[in-house]
Amino acid sequence: MSDANDTILLKPTRRQALTMMALGASGLIMPNILGRSEAFAAPPAKPTGQLVIGFSQEPTVFNPHLIHIEVDEGIHFSVFDPLFIVTPEGKFSPSLATEVPSVENGGISADGLNWKIKLRDGVKWHDGKPFTAEDVKFTLELMVDPDFRSWRKTGHELVRDLTVVSPTEITWRMEKPFAPYPSILAMTFIVPKHILGAEKDKNTAPFNNAPVGTGPFKWVERIPGDHITLAANTDYFGDGPYLETLVYKYVPDLTVLYTQFKTGDIDVVGLQWITPDHYEEAKALDGKVVAVVPAATVESIGFNMERPQFKDPAVREALYHAIDKQTIIDALYYGLPTPTESYIPQQSFYYNPDLPKQEFSPDKAKKILDDAGWKPGADGIRAKDGVRLAFTNSTTAGNHIREQVQQFMQQTFKDIGVELTISNLPPAVMWGDYWTMSKFDSVVVGINFQTGSDPDTSDYFRSTAITAKGGAGQNSWQYANPEVDKLLAEGGQIFVPEERKKVYQKIQEVMRHDLPFLPLFQYATVRGHKVGVENVTPNINVRIDTWNVGTWYWAKA
Amino acid sequence: MLRYLLSRLWQSLILLLLVSMIGFAVLTLAPGGPLSQFTLTPGMTKEALDRIAAQMGLDRPLPIQYLDWLRHMLMGDWGHSYRDNQPVLSIILGHLFATLLLMGTSMVISIVLGTWIGIRGATKRYSIFDYSATIGAMVALSIPTFWFGLIAIYIFSLKLKWLPAGNMYTVGNGSFGDYAIHLIMPSLVLALVNIAVWSRYMRTATLDVINQDFVRTAKAKGLSPRRVLMRHVVGNALLPMITLAGVQLPTVLGGALVAETVFTWPGMGRLFLDSLGYSDYPVVMGLLMFSAIFVLIGNLLADLLVAFVDPRVRLG
Repeated sequence: MSDANDTILLKPTRRQALTMMALGASGLIMPNILGRSEAFAAPPAKPTGQLVIGFSQEPTVFNPHLIHIEVDEGIHFSVFDPLFIVTPEGKFSPSLATEVPSVENGGISADGLNWKIKLRDGVKWHDGKPFTAEDVKFTLELMVDPDFRSWRKTGHELVRDLTVVSPTEITWRMEKPFAPYPSILAMTFIVPKHILGAEKDKNTAPFNNAPVGTGPFKWVERIPGDHITLAANTDYFGDGPYLETLVYKYVPDLTVLYTQFKTGDIDVVGLQWITPDHYEEAKALDGKVVAVVPAATVESIGFNMERPQFKDPAVREALYHAIDKQTIIDALYYGLPTPTESYIPQQSFYYNPDLPKQEFSPDKAKKILDDAGWKPGADGIRAKDGVRLAFTNSTTAGNHIREQVQQFMQQTFKDIGVELTISNLPPAVMWGDYWTMSKFDSVVVGINFQTGSDPDTSDYFRSTAITAKGGAGQNSWQYANPEVDKLLAEGGQIFVPEERKKVYQKIQEVMRHDLPFLPLFQYATVRGHKVGVENVTPNINVRIDTWNVGTWYWAKA
Repeated sequence: MLRYLLSRLWQSLILLLLVSMIGFAVLTLAPGGPLSQFTLTPGMTKEALDRIAAQMGLDRPLPIQYLDWLRHMLMGDWGHSYRDNQPVLSIILGHLFATLLLMGTSMVISIVLGTWIGIRGATKRYSIFDYSATIGAMVALSIPTFWFGLIAIYIFSLKLKWLPAGNMYTVGNGSFGDYAIHLIMPSLVLALVNIAVWSRYMRTATLDVINQDFVRTAKAKGLSPRRVLMRHVVGNALLPMITLAGVQLPTVLGGALVAETVFTWPGMGRLFLDSLGYSDYPVVMGLLMFSAIFVLIGNLLADLLVAFVDPRVRLG
């Protein structure tokens, strides 16, 4: 008997567990949201009670403009306010601004170049100092400060001549018209100049770990690895807050998250929610409200358009006919997601409902391939001009439902003479150069194509957004179509929603025709909270559930 | 003794340097990296990713990154987390208390119970107690902690509603009793495996001693069996256990990974897993160095302790 024996006895368990959990946690980082509200009782006269929200990822970045991931925005929405917010209907609603700037009310000039924002008077920061136009100016300048590890420069880079007209009014000029900018502003939380402005290094300022905002809740403390506590801001200018204490609890394992929801340790299941396989059971739980909520993310099979197999549009069309979408949704995803033909969520104002419906028909697929000259070879696999109709398909390893989808496709593709080889990678590898530099043949991927609530998808479809060809963007399928380029440019300069709609509906048509990726379904997530928590309202236009947490309250039992 | 200590310390420093080099190389050469978590963010561009990489210092050659890290490390600056920009040392210390509390409790339980079971099993060899202890240990070693934890939660939290399903304390409470209640399930689940290990070692060690000449002599002198056991057997049998405890000390830091996940315990094991998931190299490196130092100290202490209580080691 030796010391070594002991270590061997203990190690496999730990290592297996590590692998198991790493796999479990992978492939789930998805942007989200939408749904319904059920407000019955009136909110209490003053903030009452404590509410615990469970997140499966840990919020760690509290300065909303530093590089962060979506879960951090849960805290940002609680502590800070943007100028205006996006409602579940996709409309803007004023927050720190008194009205949403538009061409009609003179807030934006007809050419989209000159902006004027009127601000709410009498708003106070959590430390009691008044909020003014100087804070807005400071925030917009911070985003493009080269010394600051800024999260997002898109849109803000175009702002020129920021002028504080009065403490409640600010104007600026845009370098060129950029229609998605209101959506970006709705995600831009205003931070205090009087605190951050004085900091030499804003990346490491104490503010970043004890944020001061104008929002419905004030920062109390963070216990790393465990939870964050916030308290009601009784001076809040808007609706609410109605909760005395708000706790964000970090529960990394989804099974454990669900268990704590069952035992009542968690009042609201937040990010990553309840896994689909628990839906049937969760629905029947006593004292819980559980609902299926659509999310903005669309799952698709993406092609690398530079591969010779996929240059022929007939191939992409045939493959689409060879996918049994409905069975995938029903059998593998518990019937929760909605089949779709578009990359835009169906709840969006810009969604095009008139796209042709995909039909699962191996016979049609075969005919299309036959007509296009793809003849089966000796091994049963089709080929044309020396190109075999064979390719790999990749996704994040460990996402077992996606892996089942791949296996299922492998079979139906084989029936029409197409060879699919599964080649999966760990998430960190998959979404690295392999994806951004277009090193794949085909992928299964879930993407939220929109910019917040805005239908602009230039980063994904524009021919100049192909990183592998030196562009800047996420056009990893290397899709290039001059018509789409033109339409995107046009849509980005129109500020009247009804007129923009025509352009984006046309783009959806073209994409449905060209099929650089085969749309499968729009995500649906299973959300849950305790009976008695009111005003938990899903919003497909934001990335996080707690966008309106200031208005949540406990109904009196 | 002093020369022994100094040479051991010198070796430890060389070892630490090697650990850091290998650790750094393995981490940074592995495919993927801290940026991949941002790739699928709406609106992300290659330019933005490059900018973030530059801000994190990831665009520099690896040896430069390593030397830079080492230089800071030697000056007491363990770097900043990529994820939340906090100093690595304060992040680690923030998780240390939770882990020490859980592992400390479970270690005390497992050492006390394991020692008792081991001695009793050895003195009453081939009794029903001995057989059940052996079978029990086999079972405990075979059950994955994750599964056992979930079963315990199912029985004691969901069905019986006796114990909380997880967490270190109730937010807003945090009294001593509240901590204690929350400790029961995770520390017992964790202790289970260690009890098994300790009892098996202790049983063997006791058996070794029981058959020694001095024990027979003691018995022959007419001492009561209880006195023989306490005076001559247990003390000597515990000697090899010191080494075992020294080796187990570092598992205090990382060993509770599974239990911490199941019971949402905010400890170091989970910090390690999270940091790996985000490719948060500075924190992973910090944890690696922290545990390497712990392993070395644990072994050194154990060796010194053994040398102290057992003159044979010192002389030989």
